Amino acid sequence: MTGSTAIRVETLSKTFDTAAVLHDLSLDVRAGELLALLGPSGSGKTTLLRIIAGLDFPDRGRIVFGAEDATRLPVQQRAVGFVFQHYALFKHMTVADNIAYGLNARKRADRPGKSEIKRRVGDLLDLIKLSGFADRYPSQLSGGQRQRIALARALAVEPRVLLLDEPFGALDAQVRKDLRRWLREIHDRTGQTTIFVTHDQDEALELSDRVAVLAKGRLEQIGTPDEVQEAPVSSTVLKFLGDTIEVEAIAQGGEVRVEGRLTPVTAPAGLVGPVKLYARPWQLQFAESHEAHLHGTVRSSYRSQGRQRIEVDRPEGKTVVVEASDTARLPAGRAVGLRILAGHVFAG
Amino acid sequence: MPPPLRPRRRFRQPSVIPGFGLTLGYTLTCLGLIVLLPLAALVVRASGLGLSGIWEVATDPRVASALRVSFGVSALAALTASVFGFLVAWVLTRYEFPGRRIVDAVVDLPFALPTAVAGIALASLYAPNGLVGAQLAKLGIEAAYTPLGIFIAMVFIGLPFAVRTVQPLIVEIDREIEEASATLGAGRIQTLTRVVLPPLIPAVLTGFALAFARGVGEYGSIIFIAGNLPYVSEIAPLLIVIKLSEFDYGGACAIATIMLGISFVTLLVINLIQAWSRRRFGYV
Ligand SMILES: Nc1ncnc2c1ncn2[C@@H]1O[C@H](COP(=O)(O)OP(=O)(O)OP(=O)(O)O)[C@@H](O)[C@H]1O
Ligand SMILES: [Mg+2]
Repeated sequence: MTGSTAIRVETLSKTFDTAAVLHDLSLDVRAGELLALLGPSGSGKTTLLRIIAGLDFPDRGRIVFGAEDATRLPVQQRAVGFVFQHYALFKHMTVADNIAYGLNARKRADRPGKSEIKRRVGDLLDLIKLSGFADRYPSQLSGGQRQRIALARALAVEPRVLLLDEPFGALDAQVRKDLRRWLREIHDRTGQTTIFVTHDQDEALELSDRVAVLAKGRLEQIGTPDEVQEAPVSSTVLKFLGDTIEVEAIAQGGEVRVEGRLTPVTAPAGLVGPVKLYARPWQLQFAESHEAHLHGTVRSSYRSQGRQRIEVDRPEGKTVVVEASDTARLPAGRAVGLRILAGHVFAG
Repeated sequence: MPPPLRPRRRFRQPSVIPGFGLTLGYTLTCLGLIVLLPLAALVVRASGLGLSGIWEVATDPRVASALRVSFGVSALAALTASVFGFLVAWVLTRYEFPGRRIVDAVVDLPFALPTAVAGIALASLYAPNGLVGAQLAKLGIEAAYTPLGIFIAMVFIGLPFAVRTVQPLIVEIDREIEEASATLGAGRIQTLTRVVLPPLIPAVLTGFALAFARGVGEYGSIIFIAGNLPYVSEIAPLLIVIKLSEFDYGGACAIATIMLGISFVTLLVINLIQAWSRRRFGYV
């Protein structure tokens, strides 16, 4: 499914006024893959996407489509499909006219015939499961339906790459979930090279073939969802992919100790001395005091989806969240010990 | 079993804000007293002449010519004001340039200026020995004391209407709409004509209607520059004033009623076009 490089981003730099937004960012997008750009707000995701689309231009670096240098290519000639967070549909056109817009905009020689356009619009409406809506106006549709129309409009021109900027950001949680699954389906069916921006790690991990994690205008890590979760290259990536507990630890000879007690976590070679250990809420377990790495008192707990999340206040003031099975509930104020089962260490 | 809830009055929309009855009554009273009553008095007065009498006034060559000048030049001026007003509004909202705020404030001057002041200013500017008039005279163009002068004055007073009705809509244009159009392969001209301009058409029409109505009703700023030659550059409102000064109240009312009728029909037609274009282009 995924193969050769479709888009190569080479040492891209971009500065707005005085603020550097992208620093020497390089990235390869493989043909046919669904790549998620994940990163905190302001990390430069939209900027990168807009530069790939040709809506913005870099200060330095290149954008290469296949073998063609597209850095200076105007947006109209790039053949990219762009889907905006707020749909950006043409309100004065019907759904069918919106979808047909890109085809109608072509020069006469390249423009398909009227009946061919109509057929293509019909096919796309089938694909997005909105067949009966051809003659409606965007204002008569729900947010989720509008975003599907926007996607069909972008697909109609058979773009080289589909760029989606937080396509589900304006929708509520349930619709987001449905659309996610649906986008994955469409991608599997069309094999369209797709880059989509999100700051929702769940969305990125569920949907994508590979995830690129951006932070402060730099590419922190790129890899499959499994790779970035199992082997995050930095604490930034790790923290961004989910809730973490941060603990002071000492590393020596590959072993990691917390409060003098050995943990099952191993330190990479060369990392010696005071380090930070990061664990997920489910990588902690309640334990007897003599085998616990951490101590604290239960502040509160709540249940959700068959699991229990417990907030524990540690003596030095930090609060950690522990996830446990939903059996015995712990009353607030109870003193507990916590054992670290797994985690990652990075230099403090 | 309790009876099903029935809405008490059907045309009344449920609302959290009180006062429907009060505001409706107030609106109707004001409209009646301030707008309809004087108009009715006018029509009653004119009807004293009878239909044939009104027809006679309307077909009087001098009156007919004045009506032609008033409505014809107003329409042309409103059209011009709409085009230029649109450009002004576009430049003021889409571009940053030094002095933009000042230009923006200047647009409103024709609103605020007493019409006589505007009239004197225009007349002295366009008179054959005036600043602009002298230049035009070299080209063989006479502006003052001709229908061209009337046209200039009407464009002047109509421009703010054209600018201020489209400006808020241009401000609201979503850049992403233009970008979406560009990513789909449309060139700049195509984006402009197919995506950006169509939703603005209803507002442009509103601006046109307002500028037109203002032009038809304008008096003070026109009479100084028009020269007021019967059959050439005499406007209908002036003719009404002349009739009044001759104590021909019936005739004055007849002309006024005719103007009222034409204005009403024109605005009705513009409104219909607008309703249509709103359905066609302005579906929001
Ligand atoms: N047109 C602009 N002019 C000046 N600064 C800009 C412009 N566009 C973006 N920036 C700045 O660039 C940085 C990155 O912006 P960008 O929109 O790419 O972030 P993002 O990762 O998409 O964030 P979010 O998740 O909030 O959408 C931000 O600090 C922003 O303030
Ligand atoms: Mg963004």
